[in-house]
Amino acid sequence: MSIRLSSAPHIRTSASTQSLMLNVVIALMPCVAAGVYLFEMSALAVLCVCAGTAVLAEYVWQRLMKIEVRVGDCSTLVTGIILGLTLPPTLPWWAAMVASAFAIIVVKQLFGGIGDNFLNPALTARAVLLASWPAHMTTYIDISRDHIADAVTMATPLSGENVVEYTYLELFQGAIPGSIGETCKAAILVGLVYLLITKTISWRIPVVTMASAFVSAFVLGMDPIHAVLTGGILFGAVFMATDYTTSPMSASAQYAYSVGIGFLTMIIRRFGAYPEGVTYAILLMNILTPLLDKYMPNRIYGHGKKKEAKEA
Amino acid sequence: MNEITRMLLFMVSCVLTNNFIFSRFLGCCPFLGVSGKVETAASMGLAVTFVMTIASLFSYMVYHWLLVPLKITFMQTIAFILVIAALVQFVEMFLKKASPSLHGALGIYLPLITTNCAVLGVATLNVSENYNLIYSVLNGAFSAVGFLVAIVLMAGVRERLENAKIPECMKGFPISLVSAGLMAIAFMGFSGLV
Amino acid sequence: MMKERKSLGSIFLNGVITENPTFRLVLGTCPTLAVTTSAINGIGMGAAATFVLIGSNVVVSLLRKFIPNNVRIPSFIVIICTFVTMVQLFMQAYLPSLYESLGIFIPLIVVNCIILARAEAFASKNSVIASAVDGLGMGVGFTLALTLIGMIREVIGSGTLFGIQIMGAGYEPMLLFVLASGGFLTYGLLLGAINAIVRRFQKDKHVEGGRA
Repeated sequence: MSIRLSSAPHIRTSASTQSLMLNVVIALMPCVAAGVYLFEMSALAVLCVCAGTAVLAEYVWQRLMKIEVRVGDCSTLVTGIILGLTLPPTLPWWAAMVASAFAIIVVKQLFGGIGDNFLNPALTARAVLLASWPAHMTTYIDISRDHIADAVTMATPLSGENVVEYTYLELFQGAIPGSIGETCKAAILVGLVYLLITKTISWRIPVVTMASAFVSAFVLGMDPIHAVLTGGILFGAVFMATDYTTSPMSASAQYAYSVGIGFLTMIIRRFGAYPEGVTYAILLMNILTPLLDKYMPNRIYGHGKKKEAKEA
Repeated sequence: MNEITRMLLFMVSCVLTNNFIFSRFLGCCPFLGVSGKVETAASMGLAVTFVMTIASLFSYMVYHWLLVPLKITFMQTIAFILVIAALVQFVEMFLKKASPSLHGALGIYLPLITTNCAVLGVATLNVSENYNLIYSVLNGAFSAVGFLVAIVLMAGVRERLENAKIPECMKGFPISLVSAGLMAIAFMGFSGLV
Repeated sequence: MMKERKSLGSIFLNGVITENPTFRLVLGTCPTLAVTTSAINGIGMGAAATFVLIGSNVVVSLLRKFIPNNVRIPSFIVIICTFVTMVQLFMQAYLPSLYESLGIFIPLIVVNCIILARAEAFASKNSVIASAVDGLGMGVGFTLALTLIGMIREVIGSGTLFGIQIMGAGYEPMLLFVLASGGFLTYGLLLGAINAIVRRFQKDKHVEGGRA
């Protein structure tokens, strides 16, 4: 994997990391645009705070620890934007700052920085917020019908009872309460197409994850189309499950990983205390990834490494 | 049927929701100490599972059939630790005779288990939660499976971290503790599952 | 006499600083993580463990010439158990709310590795007074460490210190720190910070020594 930066030619690897990460930033732009259009300035503020804090935190840490400053590889920017997109637009700025700094320093840098963290930093930070300030994380803006951007404690279409029924089209367009980047499925799909065309990611993890989620929802007696169109499963499958460092390397392990994410998401949605399970499903499969890599390798070391790097 | 569902849910809660490591902090010493390699972690986990299951059974019998009738329940801790120590000794001797290969794999971990707080912890919990015989044994067995899951996952993560550029002062225990903390965050996803 | 007093002092400081059971030896992690959701819990747990440490160290040291070598570990455990049961009954009677919040970790002091380790490594080889001081030092070191972790977790996770509101009214506590993962994170980060300080200290000393 090109992103594991331990080997010698640093400048070249860094450059290729940068171009990959820039591709991800570009792919995220439709989501950013949709989020800012739907949720207006509050969304933009959350995104800026997250991205800014992330970059600053990494820079300060690397200066303090007297190690090479690699803010330029853009991986931190990606983490910051992705974190922002998974948060509700009404989140107070200080909570976004704490989460962003936690993601970069505790989850990423303490483990050695890019390529060495075993959990997705953005998702871990989101889970930290859910545990720390649950009330702020479940306050959504009701923008659905009359587009009045008042912050009300509002159930997402996932929470079950007493919710407005949304049509599949409304769920797809994204004018529904939810996190900034996850509601507009159309924008996420545009991003996915870009990532696939530029070969930044392979189709395997997102497609298998969504298929697994669809089938699991059906088996658990939920409406499968509704299940894949609500919550953050699509966003998670495209932008977070595919994170190079925290997903497995071999094809077979990637299948197991993706199936696990889809299944666990639906299990947590159906039976768990939280309305949405994508965050935890991906984190749990991240934890399992080292074991999957260890026991399901299907590549011979030293052969086909380059190809695998691109595919991953 | 209903009872069986209840039991199944109880087992799931022991393994995931109320995981011994990630939510109850029992057995942290071996969890941090013996999780360097996946294979050794698995052996340790299996040895603990073995002992915890039997210890739950025997501690239940000692408590309800001996301490309660004699009205000396304040001797609970001392009785349990003696039961566990004797049991570990017995299991070791039995394994040595019956299955030398298993003894070879688990042998060195068995003495450590006497002072593993997970074992005494489960015996004490069974009493304080008023579990009956079946639930006590289930609690012992599946809490231990939860421990096994936790220690194997931890070992996987730690093997991966071997080549990571971790800051010097965080190497060893500190990074293991932080990893465990982050894993505990992920395990919160299982809350409310049962 | 002078020498004896100095060495008692160094035995005490050894437990508090040089071989602090929590931060240097990393022993007894379970209670350290489990009960430190508030500063007062840390003190309570530390005090209980200190009492057991001193008691078991004294008795083990008194009996060190009479306990046969091959049954020493079981004998130590029985001695420790006796003191733990005493603490348990005492707290149940006089400090019911603290007893409630420390829960099963009071009986679990029996299997706290610090206590058995001191019985085995120190008390079984040293005089009664030295053993008592060693128990006190280790106990104080353990208590201080638990209280420190408890204070950090309580301030961030509840906005209080020893139950008194200290953060402003606008402060929204970061609940994570009083949850399980907060325990692991606080302990791990503190341990890392202390390692960094110790390394700094040793490096400076080394440089100075080199110059001299």
